[in-house]
Order: sequence, then structure tokens, then C-alpha cells
Amino acid sequence: MNWLPSPTDFRENLRSALAVADPQQRLDKLACLAQFRLNFLETIQLDGALAKTAAAVDSGFSRIRLAVLATATVDHLLPAIRVAGLRRRLLIEVYKGAFQQHRQELLNPTSPLRDFAPQIVLLSLTPREAIAGVPLDSTADEAERAISRAVAELRELWRSARESFTATVVQQSFLDFSQPLFGSYDRLVPGTPTRLIARLNDQVADAAAQDGVLLLDVARASARDGIDAWFDVARWLQGKIEIAPQSASRYGELVARLIAAQRGQSRKCLVFDLDNTLWGGVIGDDGMEGIVLGEGSAQGEAHSSLQRYAKQLKDRGVILAVCSKNDLATAEMVFRDHPEMVLRRTDIAAFVANWNDKPENLIAIAEQLNIGLDSLVFVDDNPAERARVRENLPMVAVPELPTDAAHFVRCIADAGYFEATSFTADDRQRAGQYAANVEREALRGASQSMDEFLRSLEMSVVFGPIVPVDLARVTQLVNKTNQFNTTTRRYSAAELSRLAAAPENVTLQFRLVDRFGDNGIVSVMILCPVRDEPSVLEIDSWVMSCRVFGRQLEVEAMNIAVEAAQSRSIRALHADYIPTKRNGVISELYESLGFARLHPPVGENGASRWILNVTEHVARPTHCVRRAQ
Amino acid sequence: MTDQEILLAFTRILRDLLADDSIVLTMDSTRADVPDWDSFKYVNFIVAVEMELGIRFGVADVESFKTVGDIVAETRSLLG
Repeated sequence: MNWLPSPTDFRENLRSALAVADPQQRLDKLACLAQFRLNFLETIQLDGALAKTAAAVDSGFSRIRLAVLATATVDHLLPAIRVAGLRRRLLIEVYKGAFQQHRQELLNPTSPLRDFAPQIVLLSLTPREAIAGVPLDSTADEAERAISRAVAELRELWRSARESFTATVVQQSFLDFSQPLFGSYDRLVPGTPTRLIARLNDQVADAAAQDGVLLLDVARASARDGIDAWFDVARWLQGKIEIAPQSASRYGELVARLIAAQRGQSRKCLVFDLDNTLWGGVIGDDGMEGIVLGEGSAQGEAHSSLQRYAKQLKDRGVILAVCSKNDLATAEMVFRDHPEMVLRRTDIAAFVANWNDKPENLIAIAEQLNIGLDSLVFVDDNPAERARVRENLPMVAVPELPTDAAHFVRCIADAGYFEATSFTADDRQRAGQYAANVEREALRGASQSMDEFLRSLEMSVVFGPIVPVDLARVTQLVNKTNQFNTTTRRYSAAELSRLAAAPENVTLQFRLVDRFGDNGIVSVMILCPVRDEPSVLEIDSWVMSCRVFGRQLEVEAMNIAVEAAQSRSIRALHADYIPTKRNGVISELYESLGFARLHPPVGENGASRWILNVTEHVARPTHCVRRAQ
Repeated sequence: MTDQEILLAFTRILRDLLADDSIVLTMDSTRADVPDWDSFKYVNFIVAVEMELGIRFGVADVESFKTVGDIVAETRSLLG
């Protein structure tokens, strides 16, 4: 947890937070305390304070129901899970399954788990059961079959969790705390515990990928931290504790990270300071020849490896930006001309170098990229700058970088800011799409009018119902989009697949292609019939990526939705707009598309309800040409 | 650390753990004397003491502790 800053006087801060009378303000204070590196006892204390506060609050935090079904004691992990949730403004309500009763909990139709209705089911199992009956002298085939049987049984449980609760299933990987029997030769004997557990983890990962189950990889974490940090035999003997209390905060963090990622709340953009962060030394003082970077110096290679890691993150879809106190020309020159630079100017989507205050510049970067401040991670070697950003922009993540540049990469990696639960074609292309957006902006500047600009883009829309092959991207879009999102309803892949399969619903996904390339699937609309009014469809959710704002796609999408409605003899479309802090950009959306406001307006959350008469609707012309999927 | 200092540290840890500032421990206190100090919270207490003071109790010792004084004595001997 080294990326989190140490707390100063935790007990006093907790006391003063608890003294705050207003529960909302109290919870905000507790969420601030959760941003620090807390020990075992402090985590339990903060969790206790949270329990007294959370029930009364419902604004600015999301609630999620998590069931933990385990074959070992997990009580000591629950405070850490809830505190790690609080760190992300998630209020995680945890149901702890009865000890070693995970099968009964899932399969018994009258188990109390039914009443809890979990949104996420976490299976935390020790490897003992899966490997217990496998003899040491098993052949490779026998061992493989035994593991396959264990995995087949797990898949049945996954299926049951999905079908009974429409829950997202999380399977914990298996910790190998076995002792060697032969020594290094263990790995070559199919029936040794270490070999069996390795195969079990391999097979579980393959099955999870096939079944859309998420993996909580504690095995990887224990390889990182050492098995002694994760498994403490004294605790096992004292209370059947598998995950050592010492690693409870790490465990909670891994769980909350996964839940947040699944809800589209991972960070999106890595913002770097330059001097002494991306390279050693100060470019303004030391000049191109003086800065330390690349081969020939350990420190220079440390900075190079940070750049290489950033480039790898960019290739998986993380946006890179620069925020530095420097002259712009001087800073850009390094990216263009320094032979040891791994990152090039084109890798950086937003490049801000000036002498302004950093919080101010970070706000500018978020605006330029059209993403929220809570999507940013700010990496700076200077403790004073870090403190200033944390103070002014608490929603920006600021890792507590170690002083030695050799450990920068590990610090950023450990923090897990960019945890993902899918890797889609869109992710692979994101960097290119941002570059293309820059070109589009240049074209817009050169065009005489908006109309001419849109025509010159040569846009085409590819659309159709939500199909399984695109489910990962659709899920990502529905859960990640905050700005163009009419109702901000979040759905898991399982729920979306169910919505798409219901014949009474209309689901639409839209891909936008233009002369600069394929933007990928950028919009999703879900329409469901209104209860007792089968001739009316309600737009349950409509999301659109901010990358394609102002391209008339919303108009063409509505034309397409209306035609789909007409073909089903639908009379009218209903739509709710539920305002949030982030979706103000579409407050006029339905009005601009010809909807009338329904009276009286729905009061809840300031939501407004809109109606469009489908029978009279005339399609509005756009510059988007339609193409079949 | 003197026995008295160890006892004070234990009191503070148990107060934090149980969120109860009225707890007063003596050498003769047992778990039954402290409301809400169940077996799960006893393990948590042992864990917190070990982490805070940088010591490890043997599993046999943890099983044999009857009073807080027993834990204090073992702590003193581990701290050397």
C-alpha cells in the first residue's frame, strides 16, 4: 500500500470526523481518511465509524452488495474490503456466507443469500479441497482430469450464481502455501501440490475467460509480496485464516479495485511531471546534454523504464498527458530531439508545460481530453506539488512516489489505478483515436462551416442490436460513460445480455466510421416497453462516448431508434433525463431531438421525463450515412 | 517497556479495536470481563499487539493465556 501517504494523527482525525453531526459531511471526512495508508487496527476503526454513518447517506456514493463465500475465515478481511470501497466512494455492503457452505448458499433456493440479492459473488476457496484426493503418483493425465473435475464443479457454481442473482462472479485464484516434497523437482511431478495448484490456477483462468467470470488474482499478489505475507500458518492454526491479517488491506484493495473496474470507475489518464520524473535533472537548467536518461547510467535507465511502462499502458488504452513547470518549447524539444526518449510527442494526448499552478493545469488537461478529474493519476517526484494537488483536487489520484527513481514503476503498478476487466479492440485503438481527434480538430479549424466540416468527415454509422461478440465493449461503454449518459444506470455483462435477449426490448449499438478511421462502438441505447402500456417504449439507458460529441450521431441514432419503434407499431417513446454532476452536457438533449416534456415532471433526483410521438416523427437529415452491421 | 507500559499499550489497542474508551485493563482482567471481547476479536487483538510491538507469540502461548497479565508477561519476555 506504499502508494498511499501515511496518515498524520489518525486517531484525532477519526475523532473529529465522528464529531461531525451531518452524516453526509461525516462520510466525506471518512472517505478522506480512507485515502491514507492505514494499518490493521486503523482499518477496523475506520470501518466501525463507517458502519455508524453509511446508512444515512445516499449522495455522491454508490452502493453495492457483495457476497463473500469462503472455505476459510474471512471476517478479518471484511473491514478492509469496505474501507477500500470507501476509498473509491463505493459503499460495499458485505454478506458473509456461512463457513464452508458456499455450495449450499448458491444452490439452496431458500438460503439467506437469496434475500440479500448480491450484485457480486466472490468465491474465496482454499486449494485443499480441489487437490486433496489426488495421489502423489498420479500420471499427468490423471492429475489433469482431477483438476478438470474441480474446475467443472466451480463452473456449475458460477453458472448458478449468475442465473440466480444476475450477479457478476469473482473467483479468487488459489494460494500455493504447500511445502516442497522433492525440491525443485516438484514442478516436474504431476501429482505434487505445487504442480496441482499451478494447473488449477491455469485452468480456472481459462474457464473464467470463457465464462465471463472475473479473477481476483491473490496468487499473483502473493508472488509479488512473498507467500509469508499472504499465508501465516499460525493464523491458519489459530482460526482457519487463509489470507494473513498482514495482507488484509492489500486484499481489500484488490477486491474494491475489481468492483470499481467492473463499474467503469478505474482511472483513464496518466499525467506526468517531467523534471526528475520522466528524466533525471532539470531540462531548463541542465539542457539536453545534461539530463539523465537512458543507457549508460542506472538512474537514466530507471527513468527510461518508467517511460517504457507508460508506453505499455498507452498500448492497452491508458491516455498519457504531461503537466510540467517548464517552457513549452523547451519541454517539447526533449520529446522531439532527445535520442533516449522512449515516449514521443505523439504519445502524449494533452501536453501542458507552463508556469501556472499545477491544479489549474490538471483541470485544463481534463477539459482538453473531455474526461473527469477523477479519471486522472498525477505522477510527480516533488512532495510539495503532490500535497498541493491532493489538497486542491482530492479526486485526482496522486501516488506517494518513492525518492529512488528505480522504484517509480513498481509504485504506479502496485497502486492498480488502471485495473480493467476487459481488453477490447477499442482499448487497443484508443491512442490512435485520440491522435485522430487532433487531426479532426485541425480539419474543423480549416473548414468554412460546421456543416462543411461534418460533410468532409465522410461519416458512416454501423448499427444493430447488442450482440454477444461486442458485449465486452458495450458493457464497458455503459459503465464508463458519465457525460452523455441519460440515466447513469449501470449494468453488468450478464444483465446486458439478458436485456438484449428479451424480445420485447430494443437494444441498439452504434459504431461511427469516418475518413480518419473507425471510432469503434461509441453509443448504446436500451429501450424497454413501459409496463401496462405495450405501445410505448422507454429509453432506459442511452450512452455515447465523448469522443464523438457534436458529430450529429445523436440525431441519427434517434432516427434509427424511431424507425425500430415504428416497425413494432410503437406509438410513443418515453425518456428520462436524470441529472448528475457529470451529465449536464446533455440536459437539453431530448428537447433538441423534438421530445416534449411530460407533466408533471418526475421529482426524484431532479429527473425530467420526455415523450416523443413516433407516428408523426419525421427523420432529421444528418451527414451520417447508414451501413449494415 | 515496563509491565505498566505494556498494559497501557494493550488498553489503548483494545479501546481502538472495540471502539470503547471506557475499557480499563488490569493484570487480572480476562476476556469475560470486557463486554464484546469475543474470540474473533481476541485474535484481532493478538494480531494488533504483534504488529504494533513487532513480536510474535507462539501458538501454544496464545492458547495458554488466561489473564491479560499472562500476555503482558510473555510480551515482556519477547521484547527481551
